[in-house]
Amino acid sequence: MTAPLCDLPAMEIASRVRAGTVRAEAVLDSALERIRLVEGRAPSLEPYTPMPEDRQKVHAFITLTEERARAQAQGVDQSVAAGRDPGPLAGVPLAVKDIFCVQGTRSTAASRILANFIAPYTATPVARLEAAGAVTLGKVNLDEFTFGSSNESTAFRPPPGNPWDPRRVPGGSSGGSAAAVAAGEAVLSLGTDTAGSIRQPAAFCGVVGMKPTYGRVSRYGLIAFASSLDCPGPVSRTVTDAALMLRVMAGADEHDTTAAVMPVPDYLAGLEDGVRGLRIGLSPDYFRLTYPDPETGELHAQPITPEIEQAVRQAAERLARNGAEIVEGVPMPNTHLGIPAYFVISRVEAASNLHRYDGIKYGYRFPGPVADLRELYRKSRAAGFGLQPKLRILMGMYVSAEQYEKGYYQRALRVRTLIRRDFEQAFDPKGKHRLDALLSATTPTTAFELDAVYGDSVLMQYADLLTVPADHAGVPGLSIPGGLDAQGLPIGLQLLGPDFSEATLLRIGRTYERETEGEAWRKARPKVLRG
Amino acid sequence: MADAITAEIFDHLVELAALELQPAEAEYLRAQLNSQLNAIRELEAMEVDPGIGITSHGVPYTPAISAVPRADVASPSDLADAILKQAPELDGRYLVVPDIPHTDLT
Repeated sequence: MTAPLCDLPAMEIASRVRAGTVRAEAVLDSALERIRLVEGRAPSLEPYTPMPEDRQKVHAFITLTEERARAQAQGVDQSVAAGRDPGPLAGVPLAVKDIFCVQGTRSTAASRILANFIAPYTATPVARLEAAGAVTLGKVNLDEFTFGSSNESTAFRPPPGNPWDPRRVPGGSSGGSAAAVAAGEAVLSLGTDTAGSIRQPAAFCGVVGMKPTYGRVSRYGLIAFASSLDCPGPVSRTVTDAALMLRVMAGADEHDTTAAVMPVPDYLAGLEDGVRGLRIGLSPDYFRLTYPDPETGELHAQPITPEIEQAVRQAAERLARNGAEIVEGVPMPNTHLGIPAYFVISRVEAASNLHRYDGIKYGYRFPGPVADLRELYRKSRAAGFGLQPKLRILMGMYVSAEQYEKGYYQRALRVRTLIRRDFEQAFDPKGKHRLDALLSATTPTTAFELDAVYGDSVLMQYADLLTVPADHAGVPGLSIPGGLDAQGLPIGLQLLGPDFSEATLLRIGRTYERETEGEAWRKARPKVLRG
Repeated sequence: MADAITAEIFDHLVELAALELQPAEAEYLRAQLNSQLNAIRELEAMEVDPGIGITSHGVPYTPAISAVPRADVASPSDLADAILKQAPELDGRYLVVPDIPHTDLT
């Protein structure tokens, strides 16, 4: 039996569409058929009563834009027929995290406050992907305003299920992105990473996710959470597809001055060159977790899940057999400060960014009578925001208040310097370790069950313990599938590198992928796709 | 351990944040805030060398990778209608707001 078109890699789809052997519309039909098969009832703002069948489906899409997608696919097919270049992503089905603006479509941030917002313009990364021939299927679910690590804080429910076991979370905040790609509903997805929001769901769903260097991809048209941390990036099923997608999206943008003007390398060019001579580090600080007791604040340490540690060590051995030099014992002593610093920095930035939602210019407005403008603000925000935005705004107000700001915000920004220094020392070409990349687990555990952690905002945040340091430091990170645990749930491996080293990380990831191609776990399929 | 964020401080924060909360929401959020403060106590307690500078974003913006600010020239946009269309209440091309709290000086 031949694989459905939606299960092929983006490279293969684009190649066939460009050659005229497959029509973009046929690829679109294949993706829509898969969506009908696995998606289940559409997430909505209606009062939510969980049904048993919800936990057998994916529920990734907040909005499907089928007509728009059909017009795009027909446009690609017409280009091919007329002998014009349809672009390197010709006909590839794309799901966009609903935190990006797409002109003329609903852009909700998974929040009631933006539920009816129709974006007047398109985000730069989306515009570039569409210009390259990608066919946007619609907008996928996320934690409200990206605030979460499980996708359970969305205002649009049912929340997405993990395709490998829909009773479990897909991770977050780009949970809809990772779930849609894992289930073959989309071939690529555009996500964002602020503390691990691309890499953690990619790990939980057994797909590839990359947080590029801060500034590598424009944030224009991205609804802001923490502006000094937010990074758009690719979610895909193969490393090669992530490289292809990043090459299309990355680069300077006149609409975003934080988008670096560095030339964009051809990430596909050296992808098959292997790892010979590369120095890849392992750090003891990424094999244990240090976290505070929620009652007392006292610090506890415990090792990461042994199966996950074993997967990391086996990956290191495999890379060593391919000529990489493995450097053990690399100190990253400030790793455990990543979450506390993030609790402060991200909340201050979120509170600032969320002040724009006022019921006046766009979004939800309280419809009843109000005495004055202040009351309209309060009532609109009270009804429009869910618990997570409210919590983040309040925390941001507190830690940036004049009397606490030095103790918290300024201190957190200095701690950020220390975290950055760990990476600078590890990657320093004249330093002791001279690493090209650091290899670790992406997450301390595999996907947890729905409702198991949600509600405890501290425990939830610690799901990002191994991913958040790279966000503070701005350096790039790649998560790739690294096997399955005893319960058949995906394990994610993380590669971190110096600023703008995406090509190297992708090359290492591709080497591991190629070397494990024949293994049994590579043939396993997510539960929603098993007959 | 006494809550750092007392009911009084909490109410002040809610006012600053332009929010209004149901009692159950307020109770949950205040408990979560105090729990988060416990989690960041480590930060408050640690010695940080005052010589360590702040990092406002990770990647240093050197001239080599920074965009040159574009010329300060106004250019027409055709988005005005689409933007106005998103406003919950309009009067012609004006945004409608309720009474703005004010004090008459006369």
